[in-house]
Amino acid sequence: MLTLLLILLPIAAGVITLLAGERMAKQLALVGGLASLGVAVFTWLQFDPAAGSQFGFKYAWVASGGISFAAGIDGISMLLVLLTTFLTPLIILSAFKNEYKNPAAFYSLILFMEAALIGVFTATDAFLFYLFFEAALIPVYFLAAIWGGENRIKVTFKFFIYTIFGSLFMFVALVYLYYQTPGAHTSEIAAFYQLQLSPTAQGYVFWAFFIAFAIKMPLFPFHTWQPDTYTESPTAATMLLSGIMLKMGVYGLIRLLLPIVPLGMEQWGFLAMILSVIGIIYGSIIAIQQSDMKTLIAYSSFAHVGLMAAGVFSSSLNGLQGALIQMLAHGINVIGLFFIVDIIYSRTKTRYLDQLGGITQSTPHLSVYFMVLLLGSVALPLTNGFVGEFLLLSSVFQYKGWLGAVAGLTIILGSVYMLRLFQKSMFGPKSKWVEGFQDLTASERAVLLPLIVMVFWIGIYPSTFLKITEPAVNQLLQLVNN
Amino acid sequence: MYPIILLSVFGVVTLFLGFSKSKNILLPSTLLFLAIALGSNFVDWGKGPFLYFYDMLRVDNLTLAFNGIVLISAFMIVAISGGFQDNADAEPAEYYGLMLFSLVGAIMMIGFDHLIMLFIGVEILSVAMYVLTGSNKRNLRSNEAALKYFLMGAFATGFMLFGMTLLYGATGSFQLVAIQGFASNMAAASQSYIFYAGLLLLLIGMLFKVSAAPFHFWTPDVYEGAPTIFTTFMSTIVKTAGFAALFRLLNHTFAIYNFWWIVIAAIAVLTLLVGNIGATSQNSFKRMLAYSGISHAGYLLIALTALSKPTQNAIIFYSLAYSLSTIAAFGVLMLVSKEKTIEGQPNERYEAFNGLAKQNPLLAFVLAVSMLSLAGIPLTAGFWGKFFIFTSAAERGIMWITVIAVLMSTVGIYYYFRVIISSYFKEGDTVKIRVAPFYQIILVLATFLTILFGLAPGIFEKLI
Repeated sequence: MLTLLLILLPIAAGVITLLAGERMAKQLALVGGLASLGVAVFTWLQFDPAAGSQFGFKYAWVASGGISFAAGIDGISMLLVLLTTFLTPLIILSAFKNEYKNPAAFYSLILFMEAALIGVFTATDAFLFYLFFEAALIPVYFLAAIWGGENRIKVTFKFFIYTIFGSLFMFVALVYLYYQTPGAHTSEIAAFYQLQLSPTAQGYVFWAFFIAFAIKMPLFPFHTWQPDTYTESPTAATMLLSGIMLKMGVYGLIRLLLPIVPLGMEQWGFLAMILSVIGIIYGSIIAIQQSDMKTLIAYSSFAHVGLMAAGVFSSSLNGLQGALIQMLAHGINVIGLFFIVDIIYSRTKTRYLDQLGGITQSTPHLSVYFMVLLLGSVALPLTNGFVGEFLLLSSVFQYKGWLGAVAGLTIILGSVYMLRLFQKSMFGPKSKWVEGFQDLTASERAVLLPLIVMVFWIGIYPSTFLKITEPAVNQLLQLVNN
Repeated sequence: MYPIILLSVFGVVTLFLGFSKSKNILLPSTLLFLAIALGSNFVDWGKGPFLYFYDMLRVDNLTLAFNGIVLISAFMIVAISGGFQDNADAEPAEYYGLMLFSLVGAIMMIGFDHLIMLFIGVEILSVAMYVLTGSNKRNLRSNEAALKYFLMGAFATGFMLFGMTLLYGATGSFQLVAIQGFASNMAAASQSYIFYAGLLLLLIGMLFKVSAAPFHFWTPDVYEGAPTIFTTFMSTIVKTAGFAALFRLLNHTFAIYNFWWIVIAAIAVLTLLVGNIGATSQNSFKRMLAYSGISHAGYLLIALTALSKPTQNAIIFYSLAYSLSTIAAFGVLMLVSKEKTIEGQPNERYEAFNGLAKQNPLLAFVLAVSMLSLAGIPLTAGFWGKFFIFTSAAERGIMWITVIAVLMSTVGIYYYFRVIISSYFKEGDTVKIRVAPFYQIILVLATFLTILFGLAPGIFEKLI
C-alpha cells in the first residue's frame, strides 16, 4: 500500500497546489514534495532488499483481459523512487528564485510529473508501465512549452513527437508479448519473463524496446531532440528531464529489455553496445566545443547516459550495479550543475562562456559548490561519479577489452569539457557581464547543500545504495542467463 | 424496436411543434424525446435476441449498445445546437425533425438482419443528411457540399443496391442467416463469383458511407461546407452506424474471411495513410477534423480486418471514445469560430484558437483533452480504443498492420497538437467567450467521460 501512497501523494499535492492559487503555490508544492520524500524514506527504512517486490497493490483494471493496476517496489525500484523523491523537492526549491507566470500550474505540473515517474519505476504490470511512461511526457511537455525560451514551441514539439514515436513501438511490442502469454492472457511483467519466444521474435521485440528506450535516454543516433530541448526548457523542466526522466530509459532497459529478450540481446547486444560507446565519445567531443553552458551540460549528460547503457548491455553484475549507482549520481550532479548555470544566468543574463569569467573573485561559496559537483561529474575518487564510472568501465572491459579502452576515454574527455566549463566561467579576468555578482542566497544554498552531502555520501560509502539493489540485480541476471 | 417507433412519432410531433410561434420550445422537447428514446432502448437489455418485421430486424445486446452510442451522441449534439435562433432563414423544427428521422435510419442499419432493411436504413439516414448538409440555404459552400454529397452518395447507393441484387442472385435470399449459410457452404465446396462480386459492391457502398479511402473524396468538402452542427452529426452517428452495419455484414460472411480480409486490410492501410497525411497539410481545423475522421475510419477498419474475439468490444469502445471527443472538439470549434470571423464567415482556421487558454481555460482544456483522446495518448478513452483495436489485430496475428497504424498515430499527434499549441502557447487577441450553462455541462460531461474511460476502461466492460 505504501506504493499506492507514493504515487497518489504527489497527485494530491499537485491538485491542492493548483486549487490553492498563486500565492501559496510554491510553499504548498514544496511541502508536497517533502512529504513524498518522507514517505519514500519511511519505505526505505522498512525495505528488505532480499525480499523481492514489496509494499505492492493489485487491482483489476480490465478484468477480462488480465490487465491489472499493479505496482510494487523491489531493490531497483526503491533506488529510483528515492532518487525521484529526493530530487523533486530540490527542483521545486530551485525554482523559488524565479518569478513564473501562473505559478500554481507550474508547480503542480512538477508534482504530477513526480507521480508519473514514481509510477514508471514501480509498475509491475506492463500496460501500467506504458501508461505512466507516456503520462510522464505530458507535464514536462507543458512545462517546457509554456515557460521555455524563444524557440520553445518548435523544439518541444519535436521532442514530444520524437519520444512518443519511440514509445509507440514499445506499445506494439507489449501488445505482442501480451498475446504470447499462455491461457487467459496477462500483462504482468513477471509473466513476460517466463515467455520462451523464438530468436526471430526476440529480435523484433528487442528493436521495438531498444528504439523506445534509446530515444528516451537518448542514445546515439536518436539524440537530436535532446540538446535543443534541454537548452530551451526552463531550468526546472531541464532538471526533470535530465535528472529523472532520462533514467526511465535506462530503467526500461533493465526492467524489460534484458530479462524479456535475452536471445535478442545475444543477437543485437553488440550493435547496441557500439552505439552506446559512439554516443559517449561523440557527446564528449561536441561538449568540448560548446560555448552555451546549458548545451554543454546537455551533451555531457548525453555522454554519461551512453556509458550507463553500455553497462546495462554488458549484462553483468558490475554493469547493472554501476548503471544503477550512476543513475543516482548523475541525477544529483546534473541537477546541481543545471542549477548553478541557472544561478549564473539569472545574475548575468548570459550563458555564453566567452562572455563570462572571473566569477570566483566575489563568490567563495558558489565556487566551492560548483567545484564539488563538477568533480563528482568527472568521477574523481571519493565523489559519487567515481563509483559508478569505475563499475561501468570495468564491465565494458570484461565485455570487450578494446571497447572498454575506447569508452575509458570518457574520463579524459569528461575532465576536459568540465574543467573548461569551470575555467572559462569562473576564472580569468572579470568580464563586464559579471560586475556586481552576488554570492549564493540562503535558499540557493539550501538546494546545493543536500546535493553536496549526497556527492560525498555516495562517493565515500556507496554500499548504502549498492546493497539496496544487489539482490534484485542478481535475481534479474539469473533470469537473463537461463 | 421501441426507439424506432418512438423516434418516428416524435419526428412527426416535432414537425408540428414547428407551427407554434415560439421556437424556444423545440430544443428542450427534442432533448426530452431523445432522452425517452434512450431510456426505452435499454428496456430490452439482456433479454434478447428478438426478431421483428418478419425477421428483418434483430434486437440483441450488440444492437442496443450501438443504439445507445448513437442516441447519446445525438442527445449531446442536439444539446449544443442552440445557434439556430440567430439565423432568420433557419427552420429548426425541420432540422430537429430530420435528425430524429435520420436516427431511425441509423438504428435500422445497426440492427439489420435482412439486406432490404440495411438499404432502407442507409437511405433514411443519407437522405436526411443530404438535406441537413444544405440547410444553410444562403451559403454557397453549404449548397455545394449538399450537391456533392448527394451525387456521390446516390452513386454509392447504386453500387450497394447492385451488390445486394447479385447477392440475392447467388443465395436466393436477403436474409443474413441465409447468406451466412451460403458462405460457409461455399468455403467448403464450390465457389460463386457472383457472390464475391455482390459482396464487394455492397462493401464499396458501405465504405463510402464511412468515408474510407479511396471512397473518401467527398468527405473534406462536405464536412467543411456543412453547418458545423451537422458535420458533428455526420462524423459521429453516420460513422458509428456504418461500422455497426459493416461489422454485422462481415461477421456473417466470416466463412470466406480469406477472401475479404486482404481487401479490408488494404483499404484500412490506404485510409490510414490518406487520412493522416491529408490532415497534416490542412490550415482549417474543421477540414483537419474531416481528415481525422477518415483516419479513424482506418483504425476501425483494422478491427474489422482482424475480426477476432475482442473486435466487437473494440468497435463499440472506439466508436464511443471517438464520438465523445469529436463532439467536444466540434463544440468548441462552433463557439470559437462564431466569435472570430473573417469577412463575415466563421473563422475555422488554427489561428482562431490562438491564446484561447488565457481567457477561456475551460474551453481550452476541453479541446486539449479531446485532441489527446483522438491522438490516443494514455489516460484518455482514445488510448484504450486504440489499445483494444491493436489487441484484436494481435489476436489474429496480424502485427504488420499494427505497426503501420502506430506510425500513423505519430503523424496524428502532429496535427492534433497544432491546435493545443495554438490555444496554450501562442498569443492571440483574447476574447472571453460566453458559454450557455447547458452547453458547458455537455462539454464538461464529454471531457469527464473521456478521462473516466481513460482511467478505468473496466467500467465500460462491466456494462457490456
